[in-house]
Amino acid sequence: MSTAAAPNYELIQQEGLETNLLEVSMGPHHPSTHGVFRMDVKLDGETVVDLRPVFGYLHRNHEKLAENMSYLSSMPFTDRLDYFNSMTNNWAYALAAEKLIEVEVPERAEYLRVIMAELTRLVNHVTLIGFFINDLGALGTPLLYAFREREKILDLFEQASGARMMCNYFRFGGLRNDVPEGWLKRAGEVVDRFPYFLDEYEQLLCENEIILSRTQGVGNLPRELAISAGVTGPMLRASGVAYDLRKVDQYGIYDRFKFRVPYTEGDTGDCYDRFMIRVLEMRESIGILKQALAGISEGEIMGNAPRVFKPKPAESYGRIEGPKGELGFYLIADGTPKPYRYRVRPPSLINLTVLRDMCLGGKIADAVIILGSIDIVLGEVDR
Amino acid sequence: MSILGGGIFKGMAVTLRNFLGSYTNKKERLPTIDYSWRADGALPQGIGDYPKEKGEQLSDTTTVTEYSRNFPMLLHDGGEPMDTVRCVACQICERECPPQCIYIEKDYDENGKYIKRPAVFDIDVSVCMSCQICVEVCPFDAIVMNSQFELSTPDRFGGLLMRRDNLLKSNDYYHKIHPEEAAARDAKIAAEKAAKEAKKKAAAEKARAAAEKKAAEAAKEDAK
Amino acid sequence: MNEISHEPVLQQFPDAEWDEAAGAVIVPLGQARTMAEWLLSHGLDYCSNVTGVDYLEREVKEKITNDAGEVETVTRTEPARIDVVYHLYSMQNKTGPLVLKQRTSRDNAEAESLTPVWRSCDLQEREVFDLFGVNFKGHPDQRRILMWDEFEGHPMRKDYTEPFDYEWEPTPHNEILEKHQKGKVIV
Repeated sequence: MSTAAAPNYELIQQEGLETNLLEVSMGPHHPSTHGVFRMDVKLDGETVVDLRPVFGYLHRNHEKLAENMSYLSSMPFTDRLDYFNSMTNNWAYALAAEKLIEVEVPERAEYLRVIMAELTRLVNHVTLIGFFINDLGALGTPLLYAFREREKILDLFEQASGARMMCNYFRFGGLRNDVPEGWLKRAGEVVDRFPYFLDEYEQLLCENEIILSRTQGVGNLPRELAISAGVTGPMLRASGVAYDLRKVDQYGIYDRFKFRVPYTEGDTGDCYDRFMIRVLEMRESIGILKQALAGISEGEIMGNAPRVFKPKPAESYGRIEGPKGELGFYLIADGTPKPYRYRVRPPSLINLTVLRDMCLGGKIADAVIILGSIDIVLGEVDR
Repeated sequence: MSILGGGIFKGMAVTLRNFLGSYTNKKERLPTIDYSWRADGALPQGIGDYPKEKGEQLSDTTTVTEYSRNFPMLLHDGGEPMDTVRCVACQICERECPPQCIYIEKDYDENGKYIKRPAVFDIDVSVCMSCQICVEVCPFDAIVMNSQFELSTPDRFGGLLMRRDNLLKSNDYYHKIHPEEAAARDAKIAAEKAAKEAKKKAAAEKARAAAEKKAAEAAKEDAK
Repeated sequence: MNEISHEPVLQQFPDAEWDEAAGAVIVPLGQARTMAEWLLSHGLDYCSNVTGVDYLEREVKEKITNDAGEVETVTRTEPARIDVVYHLYSMQNKTGPLVLKQRTSRDNAEAESLTPVWRSCDLQEREVFDLFGVNFKGHPDQRRILMWDEFEGHPMRKDYTEPFDYEWEPTPHNEILEKHQKGKVIV
């Protein structure tokens, strides 16, 4: 590829000194790119002149695999899409498939679904903030404090479903099995302990001058661009749009819970906004968890789904507010036990549309921070 | 009043608290070496010393909990494994397995009649993704999840293919590694058996009552 | 959740069809960009999902009432086509999905790009180009996104066959797969 100047950019030629642009491939093996993700950046000194994201290194063609197996057999593969949040991926798929058939999910299962989803949101935000601060250079300390909390929640997932990350817990019409004895009490203990961790974390980070100077004003995303580019999730709310699917769609039983949706006032959002919105969302999730743990009752956990899942020809689009954005599944059924078309709408991929816009003109170190604040997981980007 | 660098100093106070706490408050500050969520709440033994029976490698009970799952295993009810094996080679798990890692061949006796046992039951463990769908669809409670994870082998081309005899484990072993789940499964089997017995009894009762009625009518006919 | 009615769209664009089974508006040829700009000006500012669906030529049985009043089954051949499906939402009014479909043939598949209207179609239309082979007119940067640039073929099409992979090495799982494919197990 040529190192000629990108359009709309003038190289300043100094006396006797010939300058060219430096082209760097922040290649697939890179500790700060959150997976096998490559960015071809053209640099003038340290300023980013052009940036092209390249991905597809983890493409497994999950959509084609799902056309050859039954609906239930694709459920374990949805765990591996966004491998940090397997529970919410499962829920989005179960939601899309439940729209194809008439089935009622029992109340205890709905409460447990909300509990699992909010625990997943805590896991995801805590992981993301840890890695974000890691990219800034804090070299592991806040990351491992965050992972400490994540361990407790992963232990809860292991007791409920048998596996820490690839849970495969949701089924069409309910859940696979009920949580064991004492799980709700242990979950309550974890949730009660979490705000102390958040207070400590905020004390560690939110007034730190290094973080403030490196993230404020970096990566501005104006509101119109965010809406037009289809950005969703905390990134959208940091740019000033109050759009949260838990309040708009009210899937599941989210209409029974009182919670607030944090978003910034004003028209643009920078990295610091996205970081702080995630911290605030964690506090709201703790509120929802407390309400759900108090309101859950005994009952069945599986509705009357048919034994062989063979929906009539129909289409459905089921979407949820995943921790990274709007995760949607588009299913076309044609009367056979296998789906005709199975499509995943990945939030991480769509959020990457604005990466280049945010990074141009900044420094190369800022590009790493901006990528960290977008919150991508390559399993979802590439599927 | 805000000193330049005040935020950094506050952060360092947190780090110091965590550092000192890792010596004094292990439960809170170092949860990863302490699996305190065991079913009875007891703290586990030291890492490395786990009970092993001769010839049988139990799962490492100090670093793996009672709830975790790894790869499948076939259940038998004690004694000679192939006499009491529960699997009847119906091949439902083979059909439903998402990565298609199971291969089953039915067993036939000398006359060519199908006896309800698997002759070949292979699971390619390098492909299995521990999704547990085979356990869910089995109608005979014959396949459940093991939690053994020390399965590495230097043989790339066959070492990770588990054959039928490696996969057979007794129901007592299942109770040892997954006590709650095994108890629930045994209770379910017992309940189903009891329901079947009750149905058989009710049918027998009905047949007897019908036969008696018929005999009484026949006697009435004779008396007329 | 609030639904969006498709009636105003059909009134404004009389050539558009409404597919009842799929719940989608079929966009007439050449009018996709104008329809998109009209929808954007009426509050549909968020394009959530862009995807392609491949249909081979197939026979469809339908039950219709013929002139004599009886119900009979009629077989007709549906031509092969590729659909590009757009799911549109409104963030301002928080209303529900409106589904648009652009229909094109499988040979020389072409469609109009809606990237100038909604920026979120950018990467997703590139994916439809990569995996289905649909050429989007007016797309600012059309190139392969998930497969590498020199790849030939379009993997998500229904008649795609995998190329011979010379790096293959025998493992036990291949034996198992072969036995599956020989018809011993009905999948």
